[in-house]
Amino acid sequence: MSRSDALVDADWVESRIDTPGTVIVEVDEDTSAYDKGHIPSAIKIDWKKDLQDPVRRDFVDKIGFEALLSERGIANDDTVVLYGGNNNWFAAYAYWYFKLYGHQNVLLLDGGRKKWELDSRELTRDVPSRAKTSYTAAEQDASLRALRDEVIAAIGKRNLVDVRSPDEFSGRLLAPAHLPQEQSQRGGHIPTAKNVPWSKAANEDGTFKADQELTDLYAGEAGVDFGKDTIAYCRIGERSAHTWFVLHEILDLPNVKNYDGSWTEYGSLVGVPIEIGEGK
Amino acid sequence: MSDDSCGAPAGGVTITKDKAGKEAIVEGRVLRADGNPVATGYARLLGTGDEFVAEVPLGDDGGFRFFAAPGDWTLRVLAPGGVRLEQTVSADIGHVTTVEFAV
Repeated sequence: MSRSDALVDADWVESRIDTPGTVIVEVDEDTSAYDKGHIPSAIKIDWKKDLQDPVRRDFVDKIGFEALLSERGIANDDTVVLYGGNNNWFAAYAYWYFKLYGHQNVLLLDGGRKKWELDSRELTRDVPSRAKTSYTAAEQDASLRALRDEVIAAIGKRNLVDVRSPDEFSGRLLAPAHLPQEQSQRGGHIPTAKNVPWSKAANEDGTFKADQELTDLYAGEAGVDFGKDTIAYCRIGERSAHTWFVLHEILDLPNVKNYDGSWTEYGSLVGVPIEIGEGK
Repeated sequence: MSDDSCGAPAGGVTITKDKAGKEAIVEGRVLRADGNPVATGYARLLGTGDEFVAEVPLGDDGGFRFFAAPGDWTLRVLAPGGVRLEQTVSADIGHVTTVEFAV
């Protein structure tokens, strides 16, 4: 995988609106954003209602994912182009999710909804109608997802990249600065984690920085060892999906996992080590 | 708006000054010269040295809100047409700091 295999720009997407075999999908944290206007022909996936198990804290299972994509009219051989607000956080999360369940032809719109809006490109409230399909998902690809015990075992051995803001990393805040401060039982970070806020990988318009800038950021400035396996985490796993996308899809590093349990899980575990402050 | 996500909440200004509690709230609106709200755009909260902290889309009323740590911040507004405005603000626990941008 490389930048050109995973990212497309707005001109590319504009030229493929209503093109058979290409499905444009908006995934926003603010799930009302789509209803106010979206890229023509785009459908919507709700990151919470559609992608999360309604009872347990986990993804929808394989059968649920198959039912979702079938109902939305996405076929196995369709090219899925994902975009969303908030610098593509949840679109990157959905991208990771599609890869987890084995969908190969998936792309991310560079800059997402923000760049599209700032460019004053067309948005519509028309909701397309797509014929149902019979989608078949693969079993979850465990090489892309880190679970709790694997993260604890990785302390001091693999790269742990905490992509939250410095205030969350240090334990001064438990959530991003635009949300009420609640959630995990404790603040801080996983010992040995490097703090590379997701935002450092993005330009102001939401597009990803150039490959060399990204390499300099992680391997240079932050000291992430590209020769080791890596686990990225944030608070609930979507900002770290953005960083997973950078490391695994743009920079083509092997063995990069997203820990979607992230700080809301780790910061509430009993007995695990926690470090506070600026990191070591 | 789900409060267990990391993402941008719907915009709008509804918290009154006596509701700040233990939060340090920075909020405001972006308005055009005619007083109408700028409903398409983004507000960014930046720390020392332009360090990115958070970003929210503007609400239908041109509003935005951040739950910041106490201290000094830069607010930057981005909107279509190359609009890029900045103001510096101070946030304090228990207070709502209100900022208005005119485009």
